[in-house]
Amino acid sequence: MKFGVIIFPGSNCDHDAYWTAQQVAHQPATFLWHDSPDLQNCDAIIVPGGFSYGDYLRTGAIARFSPVMESVRKFADGGGLVLGLCNGFQILCESGLLPGALTRNLGLKYICKSVTVRVESTDTPFTSACQKGEVLTIPIGHMDGNYFCDEATLAELNRDDRIIFRYATPDGQITAEANPNGSLENIAGICNAGRNVLGMMPHPERASEPELGGTDGLKIFASMVGAMAAR
Amino acid sequence: MSTSSIAAITPEVIRDHGITADEYEKLKSLLGGREPSLTELGIFSVMWSEHCSYKSSRVHLKRLPTRSKLVMQGPGENAGIIDIGDGWACAFKIESHNHPSFIEPFQGAATGVGGILRDIFTMGARPVAIMDSLRFGPIKPAPGTTQAELHKNHSVMEGVVSGVASYGNCFGVPNLGGETKFEPCYSGNPLVNAFALGLVRHDQIFYGRASGEGNPVIYVGSKTGRDGIHGATMASEEFSETSEAKRPNVQVGDPFMEKLLLEACLEAMQTGAIIGIQDMGAAGLTCSTCEMGGRGGTGIEIELDLVPQRETGMSAYEIMLSESQERMLLVAQKGREGEVFRVFQKWRLDAVEVGRVTLDGKMRVRHHGEVVAEIPNDALTEAAPLYKRHLERWEPPVQREMPENIKLVASGDLTENFKQLLASPNICSKRWVWQQYDHMVQTNTVEAPGAGDAGVIRIKGSNRGLAMALDGNGRWCYLDPRLGAMHAVAEATRNVACTGATPVAATNCLNFGNPEKPHIMWQFSQVIDGMTKACEELDVPITGGNVSFYNETLGEGIYPTPVLGIVGILQDVHTAAKMHFREAGHAIVLLCGESPGDMADVESEFGSSEYAKEVLGAVWGYPPELDLEQEAALQRAVVQMIQAGLIESAHDCSDGGIAVTLTESTFAKRVGCRIDLKSAGLPPEFVLFGEDASRVVISCVKSNLPRIKDIGVLYGLHVTEIGITGGDGVQIQVDGGLAVSASGVELRLAYESALEHALRAE
Repeated sequence: MKFGVIIFPGSNCDHDAYWTAQQVAHQPATFLWHDSPDLQNCDAIIVPGGFSYGDYLRTGAIARFSPVMESVRKFADGGGLVLGLCNGFQILCESGLLPGALTRNLGLKYICKSVTVRVESTDTPFTSACQKGEVLTIPIGHMDGNYFCDEATLAELNRDDRIIFRYATPDGQITAEANPNGSLENIAGICNAGRNVLGMMPHPERASEPELGGTDGLKIFASMVGAMAAR
Repeated sequence: MSTSSIAAITPEVIRDHGITADEYEKLKSLLGGREPSLTELGIFSVMWSEHCSYKSSRVHLKRLPTRSKLVMQGPGENAGIIDIGDGWACAFKIESHNHPSFIEPFQGAATGVGGILRDIFTMGARPVAIMDSLRFGPIKPAPGTTQAELHKNHSVMEGVVSGVASYGNCFGVPNLGGETKFEPCYSGNPLVNAFALGLVRHDQIFYGRASGEGNPVIYVGSKTGRDGIHGATMASEEFSETSEAKRPNVQVGDPFMEKLLLEACLEAMQTGAIIGIQDMGAAGLTCSTCEMGGRGGTGIEIELDLVPQRETGMSAYEIMLSESQERMLLVAQKGREGEVFRVFQKWRLDAVEVGRVTLDGKMRVRHHGEVVAEIPNDALTEAAPLYKRHLERWEPPVQREMPENIKLVASGDLTENFKQLLASPNICSKRWVWQQYDHMVQTNTVEAPGAGDAGVIRIKGSNRGLAMALDGNGRWCYLDPRLGAMHAVAEATRNVACTGATPVAATNCLNFGNPEKPHIMWQFSQVIDGMTKACEELDVPITGGNVSFYNETLGEGIYPTPVLGIVGILQDVHTAAKMHFREAGHAIVLLCGESPGDMADVESEFGSSEYAKEVLGAVWGYPPELDLEQEAALQRAVVQMIQAGLIESAHDCSDGGIAVTLTESTFAKRVGCRIDLKSAGLPPEFVLFGEDASRVVISCVKSNLPRIKDIGVLYGLHVTEIGITGGDGVQIQVDGGLAVSASGVELRLAYESALEHALRAE
């Protein structure tokens, strides 16, 4: 399957996602320039982490207007796989591809550390290679990861099994201590109603090789590859 | 300083520019006897400032070793470059941004990071790691520290850390840590030293040189504003009560712009149309123009009307002296400008031809068509003033022998003292700092902050890795500048060796007080002597760095604080050692050189330790002895043991002594240790907390002990089995009597929460 990794001005995890898709998951990969609507026949789009347009305004607020995002929206509407990582998650929320918003961390500081997240649903092309309830160790690195949405949306997310990852203790308990940023219900990742768009704050590309300290993140890429093969 | 009101160049105007009467005479003679224009005076003032000209330090810096087989570029360029094998080279440097960080902590620190990153990518290298070495005043109540001072220190620290984080995180370069230390002398003079390292292929290195008559000179990046005018001059004087008024002299950083500039510059370099390139850092357009011409043996002529400007009505003086960030000057091949412009257009950055290369060796500046400055490059660079300042031997106002009122105990439980030491700001975990830094972006980080003695990254597409560490010990340099500087080199190289990497090169940041004071210059000279000796013995040439003088506020100077950045090469990054015990049942072994000297030496050296300062409440004596031959042998032995796969963990003994070293190794995997130390008749406090040099604690599976001993003997080391890993927490006996006993939870609490606790205590 062919991965497309978008480059916005200010993306800085674009090369990391590209490397993981191509060198670790052994899939063809290409970069997609923000200014072009051409998705180059990719099978899956990664909206990478970083600071698109410096994030001087609300995170993702400018990137959503990029020509490439209009194509991503159509691609997603057609059932294409879209994975938003960190800043990518923020951009997907701003674009309306995912509900809710990511606000400033509760502690008001940037946090970079390894966290543990519980897989809440394996019924997505991004988590099909995981076990339900499995705890993955994946790093976060963000200033604005505090997920928020209104009550109705939260109820809908819960009802439709669209909360995919929650911050948890290493043994899988959902506690306040395990929540690094104040996210509602410890939410670390959600998907859209069609289950083909996933946004997550943790960086699976940072936990995909043993020399970097862990390979749990590779399960996301492996799930996507498996899901595409099954299509 | 406001220039609009200046009508004529009076002695007062000259003095305000930091130029002495003698220097002014020299300036005139370099201009062929004529008076300078105000713009020219401004240009001379920044280029001849201590910050840019190194006028007080140059005579001493010449003594430093700068060459080895691996050095491809030594001092004099934007960064040093070493060959790291497989066709790769790495560019690296450390620089200070102390003065701006005191006046405006967030922006001062942020632009410090921005400046060092530009120094790296202007050489064609993509930055792959940064680190920082920070010094602040006390953050915990202590005798002699007022509440107002504490508050100020907290806010300076908060601002600096956020500034470093904000710039590096947005730019997208991992911060691998560094060091954060606290002493009263840094209250009015915080130190912010930023290190950056980048990778470049051998055949893609660029230099800051202008060549080829008629070639276009192109300005790229941010527009020029009125910010940072006279930043370099500000960094060349002491602070007074009015220093806050200098806030407008501090530049404002835009890391997003720098990220675009990085990508655009590296892409433009790929076109092959760029001949030379240099960032506009200190002294902005002035410095890049005359230095590029100077290095290339050419001249550069520019028209300021063409310079992209953020504000209207800027004078030539302001444009030439602005230190607006995120700007570069480059020289392209005539006829191929279009290729360069296309790349910058793609990244939506300004790229404007502002002038051309000449052959007359001069910097000629026009404004509205009129020549406003015409100065030979040499007058600004090579012919800048050079001072052999007076040196005066200096004794710190401390006792050299242990004070009579200090009593070291003969035996007993020292657990409480140890926990106090573990929670002291200089020893405790700096997680609060480095957790605010993205240390994983670029997915190369093998050893993040807190994982090992040095930061380690892999090089994608190669088996190799790079290890890097920063180290300095101001208190030791205060007690003995020469020996203290030797220790800084020894410890930074030892940190790198403890990962299994061979230390190969160094960069230095030399932070001192006012060089016009003979005792400060003596400290400087001593430090250079010590550094020279240690760098030679440990085989790490200095490839560049920076000198920061005038770190004084109201006449109160800092400890002489040289900070060393060391880079090492790992042939196989997969063998890199970490500092943590891995599992129970491993042997714990102390590798060291000579045993400590006699009781008088021991007592005198103990006064320079963290324990003496923090627990005994006094500083006296000298830094520990250092035998560089033994140090070199120790480092080689450790590297050999790691590369042979014989050991499970390695951690050097430094601040806080062996008790701290052992305890730090227990945290990550929650594997405790049981230790039995022999006192050899020395006080147990010294045995546990003494900071003797040239010691490394390793752990290994027991079956590897014979081979480890063989290697140790080969290198003339003492190899002593001191205990075993396992259990919870740390139990240390001295001569069979329990001296430290604490659970993992207690120790972690003391170590992990101390910094946050101190910062939140207001």
